[in-house]
Amino acid sequence: MITYVSYAILAVAVLAVLFGLILGYASIKFKVQSDPLVDQIDNLLPQTQCGQCGYPGCKPYAEAIANGDEINKCPPGGEATIKELADLMGVEAKPLDAAHGVEDVKKVAFIREDECIGCTKCIQACPVDAILGAAKQMHTVIIDECTGCDLCVDPCPVDCIDMIPLAETSQNWKWKFNQSGTGDIPIRTVQ
Amino acid sequence: MPKQKRQLNKKIMTAKSSSSPHHHIQRGTGAVMRIVMFACIPGIALQTFFFGYGILIQVLLAMATAVIAEATILELRKKPVEHALKDCSALVAGLLLAICLPPLAPWWIVVIGTCFAVVIVKQLYGGLGYNLFNPAMAAYVMLLISFPVQMTSWLPPAVLAEQTIGLKDTVYIILTGYTSNGYNLDQLRVAADGLTMATPLDHVKTALTQNLTVEEAINSEIFRGSSGIGWSLVALGYLIGGLALLKLKIINWHIPLSMIMGAVLCASLLYLIDNSIYPGPWFHIVNGSLIVGAFFIATDPVSASTTNNGRLIFGFAIGMWTIIIRTFGNYPDAIAFSVILMNMAVPLIDYYTRPRTYGHKVKAKSISKE
Amino acid sequence: MSVFADFDTIMERLASQRLWDFPGGVRPEGQKALSNKHAIETMPIPQKLFIPLKQHIGVDADLVVKVGDYVKRGQALTESHNPFALPVHASSSGTIIEIAPKASSHPSGIEELTVVIETDGKDDTVQYHPISDYLNQPHSALIEAICKAGISGMGGAGFPTHVKSSNVKPIEFLIINGVECEPYISADDRLMREHAWQIRQGIDILAHLLSPKQVLIAVEDNKPEALKTISIACQQQTNYQVISIPTKYPAGGEKQLIQVLTSREVPSDGLPIDVGCLMYNVGTCYAISDAIIEGKPLTERVVTVTGKALSQPKNIWARIGTPVADCISAAGYDRDRQVNPNIIMGGPMMGFTLRSGQCPIIKTTNCLLAPAAKELPTIEQEKPCIRCSACADACPVSLLPQQLFWYSKSKDYDVAEEYNLFDCIECGACAYVCPSEIPLVHYYRMAKADIRQQQLDKEKSEKARIRFESRKARLLAEKKAREEKHRQAAAARKNAMKSDGSNAKDKIAAALARAKAKKAQQATIDKSANDKSGNDQLASNQSVTNNPEQTPANTKENTPDKNEKIAAAIARAKAKKAQQKMSSDIPLEKSAESNEQVTDNNNNQSGNALSKKEKIAAAVARAKAKKAAQQKNNDS
Repeated sequence: MITYVSYAILAVAVLAVLFGLILGYASIKFKVQSDPLVDQIDNLLPQTQCGQCGYPGCKPYAEAIANGDEINKCPPGGEATIKELADLMGVEAKPLDAAHGVEDVKKVAFIREDECIGCTKCIQACPVDAILGAAKQMHTVIIDECTGCDLCVDPCPVDCIDMIPLAETSQNWKWKFNQSGTGDIPIRTVQ
Repeated sequence: MPKQKRQLNKKIMTAKSSSSPHHHIQRGTGAVMRIVMFACIPGIALQTFFFGYGILIQVLLAMATAVIAEATILELRKKPVEHALKDCSALVAGLLLAICLPPLAPWWIVVIGTCFAVVIVKQLYGGLGYNLFNPAMAAYVMLLISFPVQMTSWLPPAVLAEQTIGLKDTVYIILTGYTSNGYNLDQLRVAADGLTMATPLDHVKTALTQNLTVEEAINSEIFRGSSGIGWSLVALGYLIGGLALLKLKIINWHIPLSMIMGAVLCASLLYLIDNSIYPGPWFHIVNGSLIVGAFFIATDPVSASTTNNGRLIFGFAIGMWTIIIRTFGNYPDAIAFSVILMNMAVPLIDYYTRPRTYGHKVKAKSISKE
Repeated sequence: MSVFADFDTIMERLASQRLWDFPGGVRPEGQKALSNKHAIETMPIPQKLFIPLKQHIGVDADLVVKVGDYVKRGQALTESHNPFALPVHASSSGTIIEIAPKASSHPSGIEELTVVIETDGKDDTVQYHPISDYLNQPHSALIEAICKAGISGMGGAGFPTHVKSSNVKPIEFLIINGVECEPYISADDRLMREHAWQIRQGIDILAHLLSPKQVLIAVEDNKPEALKTISIACQQQTNYQVISIPTKYPAGGEKQLIQVLTSREVPSDGLPIDVGCLMYNVGTCYAISDAIIEGKPLTERVVTVTGKALSQPKNIWARIGTPVADCISAAGYDRDRQVNPNIIMGGPMMGFTLRSGQCPIIKTTNCLLAPAAKELPTIEQEKPCIRCSACADACPVSLLPQQLFWYSKSKDYDVAEEYNLFDCIECGACAYVCPSEIPLVHYYRMAKADIRQQQLDKEKSEKARIRFESRKARLLAEKKAREEKHRQAAAARKNAMKSDGSNAKDKIAAALARAKAKKAQQATIDKSANDKSGNDQLASNQSVTNNPEQTPANTKENTPDKNEKIAAAIARAKAKKAQQKMSSDIPLEKSAESNEQVTDNNNNQSGNALSKKEKIAAAVARAKAKKAAQQKNNDS
């Protein structure tokens, strides 16, 4: 009787050691080289560098997420980004945290140039160097580079910066379903 | 003139704007479902002729239940009721279930089955288009497992029975379990020659367990004369309906053909191995619900495979499973089990049988060198 | 890996009229008889022509005319050296009365820059420069002439023809597309019937340019007359073959036609040229012939104006820029009898509804369809997909539309792409057969647009990340450089201290070193840290504002430049102060008062920079007002 039991225990022990070795070997041999998590998260963030999340830029927020911060603090990314982050982090997607702002249409900064006094404050505020100008010279925004982060608006002493939505052209126009009561069928009456 | 034109411009401006195509074929989901129901008529008619009015009553009962159940559950789900009822999908589910049930099964069998099909199998999975399983077959399986006695109580073909049961008696039996004269189903069943009458599949299965050969089983009373032909004719009726569906392009040829092929191949193989205990392919085709299954049940678009190659695999596997379960399983017929089984495999089949898209996996250049 | 038929096999099969087939396809009712019975009519010149600058795929060209110019027919309105740009031409003579954004002939109806010409009815033309002996001209001259004539593909997307024709790769088949598979449209049909010879001239020119081994002219078998005339026109040419194609939609699609004729498939990331084919529409051939043989730019085209809402559906020669309303009224459109007025540009399968009757005919417009109330079914409500896969059976490129629909609707774009969403040609066959009336193509279009947008966003965010990071690096480098300078200066000081007292010379040297270090330090600060100097400024300004009465006196001695700065600073400071006041609940009047004060102060300044000062003052006032308003909002 005792021998049977000891055989069983022995067998289990041997198996345990064997599988342990196999698994250990496999984990070294088949290790998947992947981007560090922070970079992966950073790749998903919209890179507006707007700081609405409470961190000074997207990378710091990515680091914070990697360290366990909430994934719903990025208004420029909106629901889409939250969904991607949730997929990556393996957590439940949450609605956007309204404390950090709301999802808005894409905007770019526009300097009303005849009102600009050339103080360079916005240039210093711009996280992506998208504002051109020099001291006492008129400044202007490079629209293609502007991320719409809003950070230049507050420092402006004369309030000459507006955030304006990008105009819709027939190039960037998208088919959309009309939000009419009749359902999803795109019928629109043109006045 | 310019004024007129301006007016014209203004008027066009009130036009609706919608996405192409602006043209549309005039056959909606509702029409498709109605055609399916009409295609069942020859089969049902022949079934009525051979098995009495039971089938008609079952069909009516099932369809009524289906509509009520669908309307109720849609109301509970706060979905538009009218549109969903217009597509007739619930009616088809009820109809298909009813034609698979024994004609004289008690009324609550069909009611429970239909409710299960519509409410649980279809609506709780998200409604039309979302159900994983074929509603009629899932309900059939549920009934077969839950109420085996009622679900296998078939009356012999009407011509065989000593006393033909009229419409009135049929209604009585279905509703109360007794004819107006007070006979119950079992008494009716043993009426002829004291034989317990079941479907031929049932009969052969029972006979085989009694160590009879297939030949002996087939030579017994049930297959003799016009009665034996009854089953085949019913199958023929459904075949006609099914061919009509093919002709009208409601269904594709892939599933029916591959399913019958699968069954024939499997049955032939077994028959070649030992023809004394395995009946031949012809027996399998004309008996049981193989034909109904091939044309009406496995072709249910929602739960079947949607790629052409996938359909071939899907159908073939159902045919094969049917024969295997009929031969080695405990239940005489197996269409429902096979269909449910293959429904589960559909996502996998679909994924691996995606057709090659135009311009993919082609050589970039195939000009002859010059 | 599919291997396609080689040239000889294809020729063999074509000789015996055995074609290939493409999967799927639908057979909607042709409805061509509505419009193909009468000869193409010439429309009277419209009073106004609306010529959009952009009518094709490619790049915008630059405008070379201005409002008030008198232009003649065929005169170029735009010009560009970009190889992908095409000029547009005035399609009749007249005066340019407006150049402004106007409703475009695009599904969106978004306004695009359009030249409006008020015609004078004379229809004067510019001097044309025909190239009659094109066989002896260099290819580049012909291609330039085609480009100058503004010819883009007239069958569908409008790809610039000269770009397509500048091809240098070897071609086996030059395919001329006269299939016109879409219902209702008969423009190419009529063109082939009436102008087969000119089309052949165009084909000759293309054949000369491209030297293909074989020219195939494909015509659908529902156009027997066109087939006959074009066969007669081409019979002398030994390597031209006119082929009758079985009627099936969308056999006229570029990819599908290539497949039907040659069994070859254009790689999904490639072009027809990759399988040795090049395709032109018959209308394009006609336009090329016009451009080379007669020197005429593209100013008019055949448009089918059809539909049961018209009393005389027909084909017309319409000038580019003719408003749609003119065209349909010429075909007897009576709006008042229409329950559901709706004009479709293009055919019923791929066309789009117009947003305005002012939308012009453009180079790619082949049809205007005005359906009567019950002619085209109205889709009421999308019903659930029952996965019947009728769509998959109809799809000419073997996609699984039901799966694409599912993934597009749930915005699962990665999977949608995996199911080859971008190979969809948007022919509409799937939505045409769908029993659940799901606008499938629409879902795909949205998904495609979303995916493209996402890609753009991704690129942009990548760029932003790089810029952000390089900025961070730059700031860091500057900081380091500054620290380095500090360190060096300190070291220099230390050295000087060490040698202190040894002799007078050393002392002087040390003093010099100190001064230098200080200077250097100052320079770094000035250069690198604008914000520091800004802060300094602000700080000094702050002190000045402490006794405002003295300010004018002080500033008078300063240079005007300095004056401005200080004035600005005062203004800012005032604004700030006002803001602070506001935040401590002081009513709006006060801010207005201080506002005035600022203005007064500014007026006291020397007049040098008066306008600038005024501007600043105005800006400050605005800022203040805005802030005040905000404050008020917050308070209330």
